[in-house]
Amino acid sequence: MKIIVAIKQVPERDAQVRIDSAGKWIEESGLQWALNESDAYALEEALQLKEKHGGEVVVLSAGPERVSSTIREALAKGADRAIHIDCADLGKLDALGVARLLTAAVKPENPDLVLTGLQSEDLGQGQTGVILAELLGLPHASLILHVEKTDAGLTVKRELEEGWFQSIELPTPAVLTIQSGGNKLRYATLMGIKRAKTKEVRVVAASELGQQTAPVVVLERIALPTKHKSTQMLSGTAKETAAALVEKLKFEARVL
Amino acid sequence: MSGIWVVVEEREGRISRISCEAVAAGQKLAALAGLTVNAVVLDAQTEALAAEVAAKALAKVIRIEHPLLAAYTADGFTLALQQFFAAEQPDFVIFPHSYQVRDYAPALAARLGQVHIGDVTDVAEGPVFTRQLMQGRLSGIYRHTGNGPCFVSVQAGAFRTAESEAVEISAAEVTVFKPTIEPAQIRTKPSEPFRAAAQTVDLGAAQRIVSVGRGIKDAGNLPLVQELATALGAELGASRPICDSGWLPTERQIGSSGQTVSPKLYLAVGISGAIQHLVGMKGSQCVVAINKDPSAPIFEIADYGIVGDLFEVVPALTEAVKAAKQ
Repeated sequence: MKIIVAIKQVPERDAQVRIDSAGKWIEESGLQWALNESDAYALEEALQLKEKHGGEVVVLSAGPERVSSTIREALAKGADRAIHIDCADLGKLDALGVARLLTAAVKPENPDLVLTGLQSEDLGQGQTGVILAELLGLPHASLILHVEKTDAGLTVKRELEEGWFQSIELPTPAVLTIQSGGNKLRYATLMGIKRAKTKEVRVVAASELGQQTAPVVVLERIALPTKHKSTQMLSGTAKETAAALVEKLKFEARVL
Repeated sequence: MSGIWVVVEEREGRISRISCEAVAAGQKLAALAGLTVNAVVLDAQTEALAAEVAAKALAKVIRIEHPLLAAYTADGFTLALQQFFAAEQPDFVIFPHSYQVRDYAPALAARLGQVHIGDVTDVAEGPVFTRQLMQGRLSGIYRHTGNGPCFVSVQAGAFRTAESEAVEISAAEVTVFKPTIEPAQIRTKPSEPFRAAAQTVDLGAAQRIVSVGRGIKDAGNLPLVQELATALGAELGASRPICDSGWLPTERQIGSSGQTVSPKLYLAVGISGAIQHLVGMKGSQCVVAINKDPSAPIFEIADYGIVGDLFEVVPALTEAVKAAKQ
């Protein structure tokens, strides 16, 4: 089974993000970067499928030079090789523009399965996998927790709302977007990190993947969220804030 | 172009609550853009649902009916709506941001050369649409610049339904649209939805909940939070990452994929407050947040907030609660 896993590098979860001077994006200098969480689960699912059924796992990521560290991390965990779409201004593209780039890179590979996380932690649009399937002309299923290979294709477990699930059968090739929590994530071993250094990373310039079209949706500006509730912030030592909170809960909110 | 179209979903035979909110969003947008609001429903049989939808303040209600729409599939819904909207040429299409919509709306928009603007929390003059970025730490203001229809889905709880409550049984014109769908075009085969093993914890009935998130760092630190819960006479809940890591059973998960709760007191410990968690608890009467990050979105919906190290604040709070009870 040949599996392509599309992964994204995003700001680390605890990073203090600031709006840049133009008000159109976040200040990227000084940020720490990490592999998007649900993409890590997509990679894990791919590695487990390969361990069970054999084949190859190829990671695919679009972004500037810094993305190579996240690609190495995926290779260290066990992916066989990687494709890096070198694109310095990914933020100028809309979801369709990004999916077009990924599609152009996936097509010549003819994979049996394309996996990606269900959404990114930065933009959170949750669209890339679904649009990718549409552009590749493949069936898809989203929010998948478990993948099983069958004679006819795949049986997958899809998460629905409020504790409900559903199983779906679909033929391969197919695209799946993976929900977090379906598997236990592995760490890269020392041996894995060593071997990753010798694995193939093919860098393709975005301009080689076809003409970019103007976006049809633009992020005009970013702002701090508007508060809907007036929050009383309590400060002092741990002991003081604890005592103040108990007072408030008892006599003001009356919930104790 | 033919105005605003809201795609309405059903839940247990009635309009889902988030679909009512999508209608409200449509009406807010209609007032800004000077357009009429219409609705579509899709299924094998839609008569009852269409009648309920027609009682909202809408111009037209379209029943998109086909036997192959009886069970939801991305292929079926995308084909049916593509055929209808290709003929109708809407200005805007508004969806509830449900798991189902997330599964097909991006493909539908792409098929028409557009990009869906998902999980929208507000609409303003322009029109521009607000949605969350960076897990709720920032807001992004988006504009559709394409020539075709603008596709938008609205976040649960973001638009008030008051203005969309049933008016007089209006004379919304109800018509049927029959799409052409061949069985071979449906490539996925869904089964009936099922629930996980019987729940033994009913957090929905709890009066007080202490909920724990990633900030706890390690499963070995959970007793710290359990002690606070015990002192408060509260149930223990968790955000998704805690259950994903197997530190607490999934039945204690609160949020869009877990339980929805509305206790008198909700105390969030080390939870940043991603929207997937907030939708499961924002109906709580009193929300307390303890987090080391002052920009964590949980503080936006908290009544009381403490910015600090939970490993210091939680034990102190446990002591203070115990002392107050004596």
